[in-house]
Amino acid sequence: MSNDVVTLRPDDRYRQMVAGVTSKTFLEGMLLPAIGVLFFLLLWQGAADQIETSLGQFPGPAQVWEQVQNLSAEHQQERQKAAEFYQRQEERNAKKLAQNPDATVKWRDYTGKPTFVDQIGTSLLTVAAGFLIANLVAIPLGIVCGLSAAMYKAMNPIIQVFKPVSPLAWLPLVTMVVSATYTADDPLLQKSFLNSAITVALCCLWPTLINTTVGVAGIDRDLVNVSRVMALPWRTHIRKIVIPAAIPMIFTGLRLSLATGWMVLIAAEMLAQNPGLGKFVWDEFQNGSSDSLGRIMVAVLAIGFIGFALDKLMLTLQKRVTWDKSAVLR
Amino acid sequence: MISTEKYLDITGVGIEFDTNGKKFRALREVNLKLAKGEFVSLIGHSGCGKSTVLNIVAGLLRATEGGVALEGKEVTEPGPDRAVVFQNHSLMPWLTVYQNVELAVNQVFRKTKSRAERREWIEHNLRLVNMDHALDKLPSEISGGMKQRVGIARCLAMEPKVLLMDEPFGALDALTRAQLQDSVMEIQAALGNTVIMITHDVDEAVLLSDRIVMMTNGPAATIGEILEVKLARPRDRLELAEDPDFVHLRQQVLEFLYAKHTNPTNRTSTLPVRETAAEAETGGKDPSANTEAA
Repeated sequence: MSNDVVTLRPDDRYRQMVAGVTSKTFLEGMLLPAIGVLFFLLLWQGAADQIETSLGQFPGPAQVWEQVQNLSAEHQQERQKAAEFYQRQEERNAKKLAQNPDATVKWRDYTGKPTFVDQIGTSLLTVAAGFLIANLVAIPLGIVCGLSAAMYKAMNPIIQVFKPVSPLAWLPLVTMVVSATYTADDPLLQKSFLNSAITVALCCLWPTLINTTVGVAGIDRDLVNVSRVMALPWRTHIRKIVIPAAIPMIFTGLRLSLATGWMVLIAAEMLAQNPGLGKFVWDEFQNGSSDSLGRIMVAVLAIGFIGFALDKLMLTLQKRVTWDKSAVLR
Repeated sequence: MISTEKYLDITGVGIEFDTNGKKFRALREVNLKLAKGEFVSLIGHSGCGKSTVLNIVAGLLRATEGGVALEGKEVTEPGPDRAVVFQNHSLMPWLTVYQNVELAVNQVFRKTKSRAERREWIEHNLRLVNMDHALDKLPSEISGGMKQRVGIARCLAMEPKVLLMDEPFGALDALTRAQLQDSVMEIQAALGNTVIMITHDVDEAVLLSDRIVMMTNGPAATIGEILEVKLARPRDRLELAEDPDFVHLRQQVLEFLYAKHTNPTNRTSTLPVRETAAEAETGGKDPSANTEAA
């Protein structure tokens, strides 16, 4: 037995080679990206100087940075106002109760206008809700389609037809259906939030569904046969064999889904008037002040950075749950 | 030691595959009876349906005609009483060595053994194949020979009535293969398992088996000859290498494979049959001619 030597698999060796060649030196880790960004900023500034719009000069990096500071200052002011409002309310109610312990006091929420940071929060919440709804449907359905060829054949035309549909086409339908069916007197969720979330869900359903199907259908025949020989009940079979085997593909789907969802969300919020980043962009466009273009550009960058961060988050999760450590994920 | 009653009974088994409306007959009239504790090898050229026979016994395939009975009960579906060692180890890559065996043990002994007993049983079986030192390793962290050992432990742990091995050592190098063959012989001597093993390796078949079942070429393959191997056990590969009985048995298998039922890929050869056999024995591409293992 001791003669059984643990050998490196060829792909391990390949990875070591690649790691050796692309080891994070200062040059590659910091300098090259910095040069790229600098070059882009110069190009941007140069181009912005040439573009004159009806709302003034197209914003360059400097103007955008100014708007970043403005937006952050507005956020802090608004927070302070809110804090002061709650303090006043508390003092007033305390005074009332001190005079008459049986008095009915009113507690109101602060109703200031949402700041840029609040809007980012709303957008994240909306995309999370849409993503969750989509995956609650897509993963189980994908597993069923992957296990049963008949089910896949039945579902395939539907998947192929609905996959390329733009969110903007869904949105009016979703809006009408939500208004017709969601009629609580004191709604826990705003309709615009639901409209956006459902639209996001309808669009980011497909990558997870397709990748889960492919992952489950592609499980090694031998592993399925091992499961049959052990006579695993179907529940155990799915839990212990199917899901772990398909996890890498499921996560590939989830990453694509989240990226799609985030892109779709901005359009959906613009039209549904959900108080998120999409609405921010739309309001600034309608507002048309000389600062608007700069503020929209801040939103564009924020959308980009958040999208990037979400993808990194999914990648980290994927690396954690994937058993195939030799797979190169990027 | 070997009882004479029929333990596993393969009767009149034939199978026809239907691929895109075209019928393909893979097997016809396969009859084989195994006594309890018997070690039988199936040998034949690629595509002769050896694996199909094994899969029918395992219940992974249904025979078109005929059937398989184990202890008088007809086989209709796969089950842990007919555990299969697959050629490519087939361990779950996301489970450790221990967990791979545990999956089988929990399924088979969930009701009859306590948690502590199951743990002891898993470790016992991994000890049998000398893998108790790597309980927490993932399959990707151990060598091919070690993986196959774990695959064997997983099957032994199910306490199968029949152990089915589908070219268990085919993917291993000659030295590792020899070690595993010795391990299998020791375990079989200790536990008295009933085994059907598919192999391409003539020496392996003679060394391990009580009987060697030689199959004709497909399509419509069937059993050509059955050779009794009456070499005394325990068998030692070094002593046997020069044993005249061993050499004779080996010669008989080679003759069947390369003279009577030459490899289908060589059929167009214009060489006389006898010479084809000699050629295959010395330098043929077929892995069965590989004699390094002995």
